[in-house]
Amino acid sequence: MNGYEVIHEKSPAFYDRYLRKDELQQQTHYCPGCGHGIVHKLIAEALTDLGLQDRTILVSPVGCSVFAYYYFDVGNVQVAHGRAPAAATALKRSRPESIVISYQGDGDLAAIGTAEIVHAANRGENICVFFVNNSVYGMTGGQMAPTSLIGEVTTTSPWGRRASNEGLPLHVCELLAALETPTYIERVALNDMKNIMKAKRAVKKALQIQKDGGGFSLVEILSPCPTIMKMDPVVARNWVGETLVKAFPLGVFRDRRPELPPGPKIPVKTVAEALEVEESAPEIASPRRHHTRDLTLKIAGFGGQGILLMGQLLAEMALREQMEVSWLPSYGPEMRSGSAHCHVSLSHERIGSPLITQPEVLIAMNELSLHKFAASVVSGGLILYNHTELPVGFSAPQARVVCVPASEIADRLGSAKVANVVMLAALLEETECLPAESAISVLETVVKNPRLLELNRQAMKAGRDYVDTEIEVGAVSQPDGYSY
Amino acid sequence: MRQLCKGNVAIVKGAVLAGCRAFYGYPITPASEIAEYAALLIPEVGGTFLQAESEVSAINMVYGASSAGMRVMSASSGPGLSLMQEGISYIAGSELPCVLVDVVRGGPGLGNIAPEQSDYFSMVKGGGHGCYRNLVLAPASVQEMFDLTVLAFDLADRYRNPVVIMTDGFVGQMMEPLDIKMRNIEQPAKDWAVKGTAETRKNLITSIFLETDVLEAHVNKLEAKYQLAQELETRCDEYLTEDADVLLVGFGIVSRVLRSTVDQLRAQGLKAGLFRPITLWPFPSRELCKTAQHVKSVMVVELNTGMMVQDVKLALNGTVPVEFYGRTGGNVPAAEEVTAQVFARMSALV
Ligand SMILES: Cc1ncc(C[n+]2csc(CCOP(=O)(O)OP(=O)(O)O)c2C)c(N)n1
Ligand code: SF4
Repeated sequence: MNGYEVIHEKSPAFYDRYLRKDELQQQTHYCPGCGHGIVHKLIAEALTDLGLQDRTILVSPVGCSVFAYYYFDVGNVQVAHGRAPAAATALKRSRPESIVISYQGDGDLAAIGTAEIVHAANRGENICVFFVNNSVYGMTGGQMAPTSLIGEVTTTSPWGRRASNEGLPLHVCELLAALETPTYIERVALNDMKNIMKAKRAVKKALQIQKDGGGFSLVEILSPCPTIMKMDPVVARNWVGETLVKAFPLGVFRDRRPELPPGPKIPVKTVAEALEVEESAPEIASPRRHHTRDLTLKIAGFGGQGILLMGQLLAEMALREQMEVSWLPSYGPEMRSGSAHCHVSLSHERIGSPLITQPEVLIAMNELSLHKFAASVVSGGLILYNHTELPVGFSAPQARVVCVPASEIADRLGSAKVANVVMLAALLEETECLPAESAISVLETVVKNPRLLELNRQAMKAGRDYVDTEIEVGAVSQPDGYSY
Repeated sequence: MRQLCKGNVAIVKGAVLAGCRAFYGYPITPASEIAEYAALLIPEVGGTFLQAESEVSAINMVYGASSAGMRVMSASSGPGLSLMQEGISYIAGSELPCVLVDVVRGGPGLGNIAPEQSDYFSMVKGGGHGCYRNLVLAPASVQEMFDLTVLAFDLADRYRNPVVIMTDGFVGQMMEPLDIKMRNIEQPAKDWAVKGTAETRKNLITSIFLETDVLEAHVNKLEAKYQLAQELETRCDEYLTEDADVLLVGFGIVSRVLRSTVDQLRAQGLKAGLFRPITLWPFPSRELCKTAQHVKSVMVVELNTGMMVQDVKLALNGTVPVEFYGRTGGNVPAAEEVTAQVFARMSALV
């Protein structure tokens, strides 16, 4: 048509007419003699030879090849500058049957996208990267690239690239060959027919590897950019052969499948299992309601005393008693300092703030927390303190303070770890906010080890007994036990 | 069946129910827990979890997975979301659906990991370049962390646009009852996606439109979607607003505090009510105007120096005086503190 022979020979992996272009729909937007056009051809031919056209997803970069999708009659995804390997990673993982190509220039891959290419290579992503190194930024008008040569004049290296200012040219193949995971890395050049044929074989080989599920491959293609170099196409091609190839030696840098250690097997779950939902769990028609009451608590102490867990046990109990409940932990730097506290709100109504600044009950598992939070307890509230007696000089006139030596009791039972359960039992006995049976039933689901479960049972009993026998009833401030 | 669940975990569970089988993330406190839980759950149900080399990569992986037609998500916090902004703009420009979680932390800079709502501008107003919007949802309970995540995937697909769940470390760390109703969630066919198949071979995902008129037409097309979302997707919640003289406005964790404040104020004889935007974009302006019709004044409370208050003022357009109270640095005011603020401003408020 119109004497464009090249059109008739065009690979079927290209569109017949480039309808995505606004004008000149018979020809590409690349300058005469540009390497991109040749690389496109090599890729298209290889796709056709290997029968991969339908399966291919071409990821085009930002650079002169941003419009690769004008030409390739394959699935096309255009991405942000430098990020093609990241997008390609997810495309391939999402569609393992597809053939994913990350097509990138040297600014795209070796400057802004260095992190993405290194990590995609290191993960051994099963993709092909075709890396066009023309030693300059073409699209933006000839700025310096990480692959620009020493002395190369560009618009941002007007005196020529200086090693002292911009470092030496970046050798991507050599860099990536330091990694264990890539399968195939080769550098080729488009300077003459012989090398173009080599480039063709390299491109095809990379695609074949992906087709076979063989892992990561990258082909770096030294390429002419006559326009920016202000050379005519033939001179530019020769410059690649005579100058660029000298700085970037051609060759195969990696050609073997990596030997990767086998990974663990991941368990397979149904959605219901993953969500911890019993699909056929009967809806509880009329919940068994024990006597429960609304309560706000702050539980505080050292990390390792099971502070957060105590709160969670309470929350789980409330949940099973069909109450509303919120549990909010302290988190961040405070946890590092060794303190921990949590807020628990038990309610029969929808709960407002889960942040409890004026708790009705403070459980202070150590002296520090007692001092820190006692004053915040509401008037008429309760403080449970993990000790036989209050520290000298301490007073909290607004609240009733009950000393329960939970750690001591737990030690006597044989494990300091159950101090939190001793205290939980004391709390339940003292406030009757939730039934002790409920605590036992929660412990039965949470504690799998029978010996530990027995210990927890004993801790529950010890905490309750302590409150029943050791705490003077006379200390109760209100007629019904206490009041908030 | 109710289960005791942490907010961050509820998000992942919601995603799994919604059919999300791709998670690409990068750790940052206080959002890491979401990635950690996704790393556990998503592969178990046959999906992909990948810890990317940065948030820049993570968002571009989200771009890739979404291009391939997957329901995909990521989660991060301030510094990470800042890095993602270019990618978010590309995702909106290329009309790709995705769900992003911002567990907002204190800023600017490295700030701290305590709760703030200071990403309101960057999430609600855009943050990246160009004329686009994020749909932004603000859960205030563990149940909503789950429900709004399911909704987010639905909205993302319906509008082919990023949907952000904007929350904070308190709602993320909090444990509350979660009721999961098992159901099958239909996903749209996504015949626009690039799946590496003969049927999708002609498809193209891109955000570049060189011709001025073509780009303008594209921007107008996006804008039409955003207009539709403003028409259809505003969501809010109200508490004791019917006879309120003072209307408190807050979202997320603040709305929980304000609910308690309303109770305290009413106990002290002041008729207060709560208006809680659930969608921060589209902002429930119509609903707010209606509710605010009979109130004497409005007080907005936020964990920032005054961001959503601008949208409240725009919505009310001078019809009602608007007061603001903000805390930052990770300080979440107690209900009593806000109550005191209301009384301190009584002359301005009533
Ligand atoms: C984030 C970002 N920064 C900068 C640019 C501008 N930009 C577009 S292409 C390009 C360089 C392209 O050079 P290269 O990758 O070598 O491709 P070539 O054009 O030479 O084929 C730059 C800097 C951009 N689009 N996005
Ligand atoms: S500027 Fe260079 S790289 Fe870009 S199309 Fe022209 S010759 Fe090719």
